[in-house]
Amino acid sequence: MAPPIDYEILRLIWWALVGVLLIGFALTDGYDLGTTTLLPFVAKTDAERRMVINSIGPTWEGNQVWFILGGGAIFAAWPFVYAVSFSGFYLAMFIILAALILRPVGFKYRSKRTDPAWRSRWDWALFIGGFVPALVFGVAVGNVLTGIPFRLDGDLRAFYEGSLLGLFHPFSLLAGLLSVAMLVLHGASWLAIKIEHGAVHDRATRFGRIAAIASIVLFALGGLFAWKGGMGFRVEGTIDPHGPSNPHFTQSVLASGAWLDNYARHPWMILAPLLGFLGPVLALIGIGKRKEVLEFGGSSLGTVGIISTVGLSMFPFILPSSIDPGSSLTVWNASSSHVTLFIMLVVTVLLLPIVLISTAWVYKVLFGRVTMEQVGGNPDFY
Amino acid sequence: MDMAVIELSRLQFALTALYHFLFVPLTLGLSFLLVIMESIYVMTGREIWRTITRFWGKLFGINFVLGVATGITMEFQFGMNWSYYSHYVGDIFGAPLAIEGLMAFFLEATFVGLMFFGWDKLSKPAHLFVTFMVALGSNLSALWILVANGWMQHPVGSRFNPETMRMEVNDFMAVLFNPVAQAKFVHTVSAGYVCASVFVLGVSAWYLLRGKWTAIAKRSFTVAAAFGLASSLSVVVLGDESGYALTDNQKMKLAALEAMWHTEPAPAGITVIGFPSVADRTTHFEVKLPWLLGLISTRSLTGEVTGIEELVQKAGVHIVSGLEAYDAVEKLKENRTDMAAREQFERHKSDLGYALLLKRYVEDPRAATPRQIAQAAWDTVPNVPVMFWVFRVMAGLGFFFIAFFAVAFVLATVRRFDSRPFLKTALWVIPLPWVAIEFGWLLAEIGRQPWAIDGVLPTFLGASSLTRTQIWTTIAGFTLLYGALAVIEVRLMLAAIRKGPVDDHDPSPEQGSDDDYAPLPAQ
Repeated sequence: MAPPIDYEILRLIWWALVGVLLIGFALTDGYDLGTTTLLPFVAKTDAERRMVINSIGPTWEGNQVWFILGGGAIFAAWPFVYAVSFSGFYLAMFIILAALILRPVGFKYRSKRTDPAWRSRWDWALFIGGFVPALVFGVAVGNVLTGIPFRLDGDLRAFYEGSLLGLFHPFSLLAGLLSVAMLVLHGASWLAIKIEHGAVHDRATRFGRIAAIASIVLFALGGLFAWKGGMGFRVEGTIDPHGPSNPHFTQSVLASGAWLDNYARHPWMILAPLLGFLGPVLALIGIGKRKEVLEFGGSSLGTVGIISTVGLSMFPFILPSSIDPGSSLTVWNASSSHVTLFIMLVVTVLLLPIVLISTAWVYKVLFGRVTMEQVGGNPDFY
Repeated sequence: MDMAVIELSRLQFALTALYHFLFVPLTLGLSFLLVIMESIYVMTGREIWRTITRFWGKLFGINFVLGVATGITMEFQFGMNWSYYSHYVGDIFGAPLAIEGLMAFFLEATFVGLMFFGWDKLSKPAHLFVTFMVALGSNLSALWILVANGWMQHPVGSRFNPETMRMEVNDFMAVLFNPVAQAKFVHTVSAGYVCASVFVLGVSAWYLLRGKWTAIAKRSFTVAAAFGLASSLSVVVLGDESGYALTDNQKMKLAALEAMWHTEPAPAGITVIGFPSVADRTTHFEVKLPWLLGLISTRSLTGEVTGIEELVQKAGVHIVSGLEAYDAVEKLKENRTDMAAREQFERHKSDLGYALLLKRYVEDPRAATPRQIAQAAWDTVPNVPVMFWVFRVMAGLGFFFIAFFAVAFVLATVRRFDSRPFLKTALWVIPLPWVAIEFGWLLAEIGRQPWAIDGVLPTFLGASSLTRTQIWTTIAGFTLLYGALAVIEVRLMLAAIRKGPVDDHDPSPEQGSDDDYAPLPAQ
């Protein structure tokens, strides 16, 4: 029995849905990563640091589920991508996991003792838990754009020729810094709307301004690389969007500058990079005019724009291979079966609204700025 | 193929899974105990139950974060270390994992913050609702993980697609209502409830022995005794039994843990103790109880329990048939439209996995010698002595917990909280559920060997193409990180227990004296 929705459409929907999940992760947990990156710099005293930590304390865990869910959705909808990327980025993934493991522990255990040395150690652990994933995620995306050194054999088993150090090259470092700048801006603008006005608020605003400018510059440089930097892939010959998920049935080649093809073919896509610039600009205006909601809105729009730009530029590629372009994974050759994509869509349509409603309710209960006074008087706070 | 890489990958998975599962059972059980305690608070309005809930909630929190932290590793490890596995079965296996995130983990993680921070922001019933959502979320999480694991043990509702070189789902409902998964779910969450009950009972016993916080300890003792008795019965009675008669692989698991080398006339006897020897393919110094195994596993007097030797012979037949399927797949790789090959594949596809067992000995299974086929057939036997002993420890502890909670329940009912021998025992029993639970995991996963997916994909084919150095690096990294976190968590846990239920900042909770002890709502 064939599912009622076309295989081609389902593949497109799932490509977009995974994009939505990753953007959801960047929009929610992104400010947690940014906030803990800023922690040692914007907050000096223990009371200040507790205020910063408690601005994300009750919600970071729910936010992190977007990451877990992104991983799960890639596994379910794009098993090839899951299999190739996480084993290909093996040690980089380990670094991200180790850093992310420090985070929950840091939040919970920091407040269990009053010893300043103990607390300072956890502050730095939280910094690592924010900065390192932000950087490595960006570096990984940079490598996806230039292609990953993997090939698939006849049984579709993946082999790699890369190393951990090989992941760090000029373009990927640029992508890593852009990711840090984008998330630091997001963290700073979160602090702007979520904590009381005062010294910490002022410092966060200063960092926000620097990060916004860095975002704009790095994003522009990234575009320049994509245009003139000798990267890009193209599919040759005919594509069967309903075909079986087997990369050996598609012919892909390296084609310098091809990451800009889509904007000529579908001009509406230019909206994404425009948003990537407009967002940080709006955030800067928000900072200048002390309109914190505008600042947060701007940094959110910028995040949406920058991540969408990556996805749209590469379409239909998901994971191109630098050493064997014929093994490249695309939207048309790397998905789950028709049945699985359909079932997972039904499940998502049923459950995602519940997730969104419960998340909204939790945010509503916790609405309002966190103050130093609150943090001091409430034993439930971290 | 580098067997060291496979063994290291298995070691890493076992280490991280066993470690993760130190924290999960307590989360599963303690969350529901919190729901029970907080329900009593909401129904009676007595402040002491709020203090009780908040105290165990604090211990819950210390434990919960490590469950979450180490769970992140689990979600991504399949892709990192088991890349070919992820490709081969991701179409089926990925779905429950994604649904787990969407349905269960979201619930748990979104509400857990509010559970700790919402005491002042929410009404009593609203806070109880939040606590319940956390409990529901963590238990649903277990459901979906065990649907995934159950499918590895009993891969229903799917078939191999030669065009994509992987397993694909054809009946999702069968995956969902997999009887093995359902039995595993009940068994696992019940084990978690036992674990948490033992924990609460043990800590309460420590307070009672020292005469500290007795009003709180007695109430906690009573709740844990009742919940623990029900759960310990559930673990054993609704145990892992139901799946063992389903397929040859499940039968092999049963035969291995019973060290039953040959089929016996029905109903087969159960071996209580003995020394299984792999070399002799026999069990020395066996002490057997007649009939019992046949009765338990087939629920009849006439059902036959198949022995290891007979199952190995059947595996040999599967391998020969699997070679036909393998041959057909190779032909289809050359020519997608080869109809004869397609037919050949359809006839033998259910045995394809058995041919893959030969890849251990020969690059192309079709070139295998009869000796290699016989060898591969014997590979389908898991490690019998390990299975035999691990099962006996786990099952023995299971029966012990029933007796333990029965005594606790009687003591709580007659309000005898001063039996020092029992209180001391309760203290020493605290680590035992973890032993039983970790052994249960070992039994399930060692029992599945040599398969990653029973009858479908051998474990040694599932690993990623990594180097030994890479895996050693992550093993060392995880061991260091996890080791440090374990030390910190145990210290914080002990400090919180020593400090006791009342936080310095708590608005003078009514302590309750021993005289007004009343486990039931007094309204």
